[in-house]
Amino acid sequence: MSMLADRIAAARAEGRAALIAYLPVGYPDVDTSVEAMVAAVEGGADALEVGVPYSDPGMEGPVIQEAMDVAVRAGVGLPDVLPAVRAVAAAGGVPVVMSYWNPVERYGVDRFADDLAAAGGAGAITPDLIPDEAGPWIAATDRTGLDRVFLVAPSSTDARLAATVAASRGFVYAASTMGVTGTRTTVSSTAGELVARTRLVAGDLPICVGLGVSNGDQAAEVARFADGVIVGSAYVREMLDGRGAEGVRALSAELAEGVRRAGTPA
Amino acid sequence: MTTSAVSPPETRLEPAQPGWPDATGHFGVFGGRFVPEALIAALDELTEAYRAMRVDPAFIEEFAALQRDYTGRPSPITEVPRFAEHAGGARIWLKREDLNHTGSHKINNVLGQALLTRRIGKQRVIAETGAGQHGVATATAAALMGLSCTIYMGEEDTRRQALNVARMRLLGAEVVPVTTGSRTLKDAINEAFRDWVTNVETTNYVFGTVAGPHPFPEMVRDFQRVIGDEARAQVLERLGRLPDAVLACVGGGSNAIGIFTAFVPDDGVRLVGLEAGGDGVGTGRHAATITGGTPGVLHGARSYLLQDENGQTIESHSISAGLDYPGVGPEHSHLHDIGRAEYRAVTDAEAMEAFALLCRTEGIIPAIESAHALAGALVMGRELGPEALLLVNLSGRGDKDVETASRWFGLGDREHVEPGAGMDTDQQPLEGAVTSGDAVAGQDAGESA
Repeated sequence: MSMLADRIAAARAEGRAALIAYLPVGYPDVDTSVEAMVAAVEGGADALEVGVPYSDPGMEGPVIQEAMDVAVRAGVGLPDVLPAVRAVAAAGGVPVVMSYWNPVERYGVDRFADDLAAAGGAGAITPDLIPDEAGPWIAATDRTGLDRVFLVAPSSTDARLAATVAASRGFVYAASTMGVTGTRTTVSSTAGELVARTRLVAGDLPICVGLGVSNGDQAAEVARFADGVIVGSAYVREMLDGRGAEGVRALSAELAEGVRRAGTPA
Repeated sequence: MTTSAVSPPETRLEPAQPGWPDATGHFGVFGGRFVPEALIAALDELTEAYRAMRVDPAFIEEFAALQRDYTGRPSPITEVPRFAEHAGGARIWLKREDLNHTGSHKINNVLGQALLTRRIGKQRVIAETGAGQHGVATATAAALMGLSCTIYMGEEDTRRQALNVARMRLLGAEVVPVTTGSRTLKDAINEAFRDWVTNVETTNYVFGTVAGPHPFPEMVRDFQRVIGDEARAQVLERLGRLPDAVLACVGGGSNAIGIFTAFVPDDGVRLVGLEAGGDGVGTGRHAATITGGTPGVLHGARSYLLQDENGQTIESHSISAGLDYPGVGPEHSHLHDIGRAEYRAVTDAEAMEAFALLCRTEGIIPAIESAHALAGALVMGRELGPEALLLVNLSGRGDKDVETASRWFGLGDREHVEPGAGMDTDQQPLEGAVTSGDAVAGQDAGESA
C-alpha cells in the first residue's frame, strides 16, 4: 500500500497521468506558501511536494534557490512542513515532503518518519540521498509504511536503475535532463529514453518525470510516456512574480488540462 | 636557519591504512556519497579511473616528474629557532609547501587530478576556490595541459582575494563570482556541482580539498600525502627521530591530511589540526568545524559541520578565506572520533600574531591559513617544553594576504586600521607581537583539545 501509488493509479483509471506540484514552505512566508499549496491542489494537482528550505540546495536552479534563500533566512525549516502537510491532506491532495537529507538527519530520521506519518504525509522525496546511503531511512519508512522516492537520471546505469527502483516506493522520480531544476523551452529527448529504460525494470512502480516541465503543452507531452508529471520551478515562478495562490491555481488548471489532453500513459 | 637536502621518498599513492576508506568511501561513519543520482556515474568513472591510475607505473612516473620539475618538489624543511624562542624553546621545523610553484600545497592535488582528467578524455575542468589558491593551482594545471577552465568563487572572496582573481584570469581561466547564499566558498562549491551535473559529459570537477563525495576525500588525500611522506623522511634523516607533534591548519583539511597521513601509524606522534576560531568559538563567529560543530551531511559527505537546529549550514567566519568553510573532510572527523588526531581552534587575533612573528623572526611571510598552525605551535611548544620537536606544515605563502595583513596591522592607509589591531609600526612591532602572543595560551587554542 502506498498513498502516492494509489493516487497515481486513480489518475490512470481516469485515463491520464498524475500531476505533482512542488512548492517550498516559507516563501514568501509560511502561511502564504501553505495557501498556495492548497490552491495548487484545488486547481488540479493530485499530489503536492512540500519543499523543505535548505541552505545548500545543490540540485536547484536559480528560481527555487531564490525562494529557498528567503525561507532559510526567515528561519523556516523542516518543522514547518508538518502543518503544510496537514493542510494539503485536508485539501484532498497527497502530500509528499521533498527534502535534502541533512535537515532530515538533523531532525532525526525516526522522529521525522513518525511525525510525517502522523501528519498524514505519504512519504518523502530525497534528492541527495541515494539508496546506497539510505539504510536508516529505508528502515524508518518500512516501519511506518511511508513512501520513499529516490531519483534516477539519464546517466544512471541499468544496474543502478534496477537497484533504485527496487528501493523506491510510491513512485520513482525520473530526472529528465542532466542539470538542475528550472523551466526549459522544450522537453528533453532524454526524458522519454530514461522512462523507457526505467520501465524495463520498474514492474508496477509508477514513474514520474521532473525537471523542465512548465506549461500545459509540455505536461501533455510528458504525460504520454510517464505516469506522473512533476512541476516545480514554474509554480515557484508564480510566487516570485507575486501572482500568489491565484497564479498557482491557474497554473494547476493549465497543467491538469495538459495531462488530460495526453490520454493514458504508454 | 637550516634547510634540508635529502632525496625524496618514492612517490606513493596507496592508502597508508588498508580499507581506509572502505570501498564506498566511508571513514568509519563519515564520508560516503550524498549527491543527486545524476552525478553517481561520473563519480564512479572517476573512482575507477583513479584506482587504475594510481597503480599504473607510467602515471606514477609522470606525476613524480611533474612534482619534481614543475612544482619543485621535494619542498625543504626549515628550522625556525628565532620563532621557536616564543614557543617555550621547543624545536620547530616547517615543511615548506609555501615554496611550491603557485605558492601552496594545492598544486600537489591539481596536477594529479588534471592528469586524471586527461586520462578520462575530458577537455574542461571546473573548480571552486575560497582564498583563490586552489583556483590558481587549477588554472595553472589547466594551462599546462591545455584544458579549458572555469573557477567558481564567492563574490565576497573575489573582493578579499582580488590578486588571485587576476592571477587566474592571466592563466586563461574564467572566474565566475558566485552571488548565491553567503557568497563564499560553500556557495562556490554548490555552483560548481550545478555546473558539473549539467556538463558532466565534457567536464571534470577538480575538487580542492579532502571533502566532498567519494572518491574526492580519498583521491585528494593520496595526491597530498607526498607532504608527509617527504617530511617524515626529512625529519628522520636530519634529526634521527620522529617529531613529537605534527601541526597543520584545517579548513577542508587537505594540507593537514597531506602531512598527517604518513604519521598516522606512528602512535607516538601527536597529530594536531588547527581550525579557524575567527572571533572565538564562543562567539559563534568562527569556522572551527570539529571544535564547534556537529555531525551531518554537507557537500556530498557525512562529516562534522556548522549547522543550526534545522540542519541549515551556518555561515562561517575567519580572517582566512581559505579556512572560511563550515565543513571539513570526513577523514578528519574520523581521526577526531577515534582519538588519533586532536583539533584545536585558533582565533583571528592569535593567527595574526603568529603571522607577524614569523615575518619578523624568520623572514618568511606565511599564508594566514598556515599562520593558524604556527599559532598552534606557539601554544603546543609551551605545553610540551624545550625537549619537544614540532613539525608544522607551512601550507602556503602570504603574498596573497599582504593587503589583509596591512589592514589588520594598520600598515597602510590609517583610515583602515581595525580596532584592536595587534601591531603598530610606530612602536616596536615585535615587542607587541610577543606580548600579545603570550596571551594565546590562555585563549581558545588551549581549551578545545
